[in-house]
Order: sequence, then C-alpha cells, then structure tokens
Amino acid sequence: MTAATFEELAMPLFDQLYNFAHWLTRDPSEAEDLVQETYTKALRGFPSFQPGSNFRAWMYRILRNTFLTSRTGLAASATVPLDEEDDTSMPVAVGTPETLLIERAHEELLQGALGELPLPYREVILLNEVEEMSYQEIAETLSIPIGTVMSRLSRARKALREILLKKLKRK
Amino acid sequence: MIDPWAAKLDTYLDGELSSEEMHDLDAHLKNCTDCAAEVLHRVQLKRALKAGGRRFQPRPEFRQRIRQQIAAKPRRSSWRVWAIASAVLATLLLAGVLSSHYRELRSARHETYSEIADLHVSTLASANPVDVLSTDRHTVKPWFQGKLPFTFNLPELQNSDFTLIGGRVTYLGQTPGAHLIFQVRKHQISVFIFQERALDRELDENSSPRKDQSFTLQTWSESGLRYFVIGDASSGDIEKLADLLKAAGKS
Repeated sequence: MTAATFEELAMPLFDQLYNFAHWLTRDPSEAEDLVQETYTKALRGFPSFQPGSNFRAWMYRILRNTFLTSRTGLAASATVPLDEEDDTSMPVAVGTPETLLIERAHEELLQGALGELPLPYREVILLNEVEEMSYQEIAETLSIPIGTVMSRLSRARKALREILLKKLKRK
Repeated sequence: MIDPWAAKLDTYLDGELSSEEMHDLDAHLKNCTDCAAEVLHRVQLKRALKAGGRRFQPRPEFRQRIRQQIAAKPRRSSWRVWAIASAVLATLLLAGVLSSHYRELRSARHETYSEIADLHVSTLASANPVDVLSTDRHTVKPWFQGKLPFTFNLPELQNSDFTLIGGRVTYLGQTPGAHLIFQVRKHQISVFIFQERALDRELDENSSPRKDQSFTLQTWSESGLRYFVIGDASSGDIEKLADLLKAAGKS
C-alpha cells in the first residue's frame, strides 16, 4: 500500500467527514482541527488497515474516537446517560411534524433540532440519514452491536420528533 | 392501538428488514392506510434530514492543506527529473499489473461467492436438503467422520435463536466439504466448511457480512479451515452465527 492509495481512498470522504466533524464539534475551526487530526492518524495507521474491511467506517471511527477524547467531546458525551436495553420497538408517533417540513423554510428548524439532540443521538441520526450507512457500518463505526444501533436509532428519532414538535408549537 | 407493523416501519425504510419481511410489509402497506400515511411522513422527514444534514462545507484552502499533508513528498532537485520520470513510469507499470491482478482476484472472489450462493439455493430447493437430519451437534459432527479429510467443531446452540437442521457433504472446486443448515426464525442459513489449502483460492481473511443478490454472506479462515455463512437472514443474524462458529472453532 502506498500513500497514493490512501489519498485515493481518503480524499473522496473529505467533505462528508468535515460535515460530520462540524456537527459533532459545532464549531468550524474545531471541526478543521478534528479533520486534520483524523487524517494524520489515519495516514499513520493506514499500514495496519485491513484491506477488504470497510474504509469509510474506519475513517469515521478514527474521527469519532478523536473527538470523544477532545475537551468538547468529553463534555458532550458526559452529559447524557443512555438508557440502552436492546429493545427495538419503535415509539409510536406522537404527532406528525414531518408534513410541515416539506416547506423549505423549515430546514433551519430541522437543523436546529438536530443540533439540540444529545451527542449519541445526533451522531447515529447523521450516520444513518445523511451518510446513509447500513446498520452494520454504523455498528462498526460506533463499535457497538447492531441491536444497540437499532434501539439507539429509534430513541434518537423519537427525541428528534419531540424537539421538532416543541419547536413547531412555539412558532 | 399499537400496530405490530408500525414498529417495523423505520427499519423497513432503512432497507434493513429481511427480504421476507420486506415483502410482507410491502403487502401490508397496500391495505393499511394508517401505516401508509406513517410511511409517507417518515419518508418526508428522511428526505428533509438528508438535505438539512449536509450543511457544512469545508473551506477550499483547508482541503488543499489536507491534500498536501497526506500527499507530502520530499522535494527533489531538477537534475533528477529523469530519474524520477523513469521511476514514475515503473510505478505506473507496476500499478497496472497490480490493479489487473487485483481485478482478477476480485472476480475470482466473486465467482466463489456465486458458487456458494448456488450451493445454498440448490440444496434448499431439494426435497432432501440434508443427509443427516438432527438438531444434535453430537450426532451431526460424528456423521462426517470418514467422509471428510478434516474435522471441525460445532457451537452449542442452547440459549441462542439458532437451531441446527442437519448436514451433508458438498463439493466446491472438486474439494469435499461440510454443508450444515441452521435455522433462525423462518430463515435457513447454510454454513460451508472447506480446507483452505485444498480450496486454493484467494479470499478475504475475515469479511464482515456483505449483501450479494439479496443473500448475506460472511467468510473467514480459521485454523486452516475456510468458513462461509450464507442466507437471506439479516446481516445481524449471519454475524451472530459466524461468531458462534468462530468461538467453537477456537475451543
């Protein structure tokens, strides 16, 4: 494996990784630092990367672990106790905020709600909905079992709906 | 009114239900207006999230900086240009050879996976899929004695969702191996075990479950044996069974 191969694999992920880093840190310059450190670590660790395994999940895992050990990351992850028995039953919708979201004007509202989600929920929603990762990939990225991915995702969706409803009522 | 289907809608929209459940839910949506409306709402939210979530763009200077950082190469003086040019040429040639080699490897791999899928499907289609019919691993394992040039361990399945259905001798590329059939919920999963050396194919050292033509397949090599796990069950179930087999193989 040569540096060229790493560049070929890693650069196409640059925009997504930056977007994800920005959502995690919620600050542009912290996001840049995080992405830079991720690429440095990944380049260094690349010889030990197992060809054939999932490169994207590997990069996201490095980024996320780097974030979690940063000051912002420690603060963000310390605030939410997660209740995680592996039940995968989905909450029944409390209302239907979605219909209102068709309007483009509500995009900001949705972004606000996403930003308000506790970190573990925010990241699982981003990986699933924005990065369109499979449950398996998310499990690899977050180093958790698939059952936990499913239950966390369903809690995250429920929390997001509740925030959206609250915001819509306030309007 | 908690509809048992409603609980599955998100998993359905994420495309993570088994093909059988997908099919059932498709059928259900044609008749249930509540669920159909719920699906519509969720699709709208999904779409809005996908658009709204791609929000932050990196600065072009930052991209440039990272690109330089990972492509960092020492500067060389101009009189070496020719030496470099020939080195580049050699590298390109090598890369060409390597990439075509890699392509061949990939297609050989793909071929093996198709053969495994064929074995799985043709066996399940048969009226007598197994030659030794037993849920007891202590019956199934000894049955292979004298029929195969190797031996393997079967996992303890009590307290798991899996049941052993039975086994038969199978062949892949003129190499004999064990074909075991397990069941989880209504899904049948095939496990194939061959001697790595006899198989003589370049396969993934340890793959994660992958989807291929709606089957999920996982393969790995352990103590000289090559394992394949394939079925239409969810990748979670395939991986669980693979983990049980790996644990048994180590004991």
